[in-house]
Amino acid sequence: MKEVRLLATDLACRRGDRVLFSGLSLSLGAGEALEVRAPNGVGKSSLIRLLAGLARPFAGSVERGGSIGLLDERPALDEHLELGKALAFWARLDDHNAALEKLGIDGLLDVPVRYLSTGQRKRAALARLLGQQADIWLLDEPLNGLDTDAVALTEGLVAQHCASGGIALVASHQPMQLPGNARLNLAQLAQ
Amino acid sequence: MSAIITLLRRDLALLLPGAQRSSSLLPILFFLAVAMLYPFAVGPDAPLLAQTGGGVIWVAALLAAILPLDRLLAPDIEDGFFDQWALRGISEEVVVALRMIAHWLSFGPFLMLAALPASALLGIDGETLWTVELGLLAGTPGLAAIGIIIASVTVGVRSGGAALAGLLVIPLAVPLLIFGAGSLSQGGEGGIALTAAISLLLVAIAPFAGGAAIRASREG
Repeated sequence: MKEVRLLATDLACRRGDRVLFSGLSLSLGAGEALEVRAPNGVGKSSLIRLLAGLARPFAGSVERGGSIGLLDERPALDEHLELGKALAFWARLDDHNAALEKLGIDGLLDVPVRYLSTGQRKRAALARLLGQQADIWLLDEPLNGLDTDAVALTEGLVAQHCASGGIALVASHQPMQLPGNARLNLAQLAQ
Repeated sequence: MSAIITLLRRDLALLLPGAQRSSSLLPILFFLAVAMLYPFAVGPDAPLLAQTGGGVIWVAALLAAILPLDRLLAPDIEDGFFDQWALRGISEEVVVALRMIAHWLSFGPFLMLAALPASALLGIDGETLWTVELGLLAGTPGLAAIGIIIASVTVGVRSGGAALAGLLVIPLAVPLLIFGAGSLSQGGEGGIALTAAISLLLVAIAPFAGGAAIRASREG
């Protein structure tokens, strides 16, 4: 089995003419989780996109050992399709069916995605993330719109993911219980 | 390979007439409307109609092909599909190539069918109709490629994307129209062969141009 890790060296992020943060280094190995805290506008989402490889860093480098799973505010589900079919598309791509009962959305499979609430969409996005079976989870505001049950559920999923040798990096405004309780305050690196 | 089939199935379900995101039959109806209204505009002069009709069919085909452009790629980028695909190692080039095929299937064959009643309305004779159909077969893949290139270039443009798309169509479509419509007056095969050559070139470029444009828009 290959070594799962996520390494960032001296990372800087620019948006427009503004450098949001610089000098960020982090190193996560198998089973580790990290919570990124920062006020609005410091670049949490940008950091996640840098780490995912979806944007190029202004300076520094990112090294990814393992596949990346991304959860952000966009669930990437077809609005007009029934939830079951929308998830089936990802299940076919990922070749894996997610455990829908565990997420409490197994009763919603025939409801079109556009009728789902924010929290239900988030649960569906979590189902997509689980099905992807990625090594490194990058979660951008995973608790937005979730009720207390779902928050506990998400925390449980992250703990389980880390326990089975995965990495989780979570950017959240809401306090979240993560294994290891490691924390990074992005505001200290802000320009 | 199975990923490609899965993606193509989704694209076709999205774009084919009657599907959710397609403007379904709108481009075809638009095409027929032009053919129907043109004789009223220029008057019932049969030789003039027959002489200019082929060109009208080509212009109508071009416009019909670029009608659904704003829905071709932009919603998938806004909803995060492209990011998720990129993370799964499915390159933008593959997605754009498949979307181009689906886009062509959603209007090309239907346009060739619609050219039959259109040519009757314009008084085009059988032999010219044959040239028109062959020309459309050679040219519509190029129109689909132009459409997908423009859709991906304008994807990062927040406002005024439609205006930019309209401007971009003109230079890209000129060669296709010159040879496609030109094959009608110059008598056939050379023009059609050149149309096909330009089509092939556009189809070959489109996935790479589109993929690069989408990656560039992600940085913004």
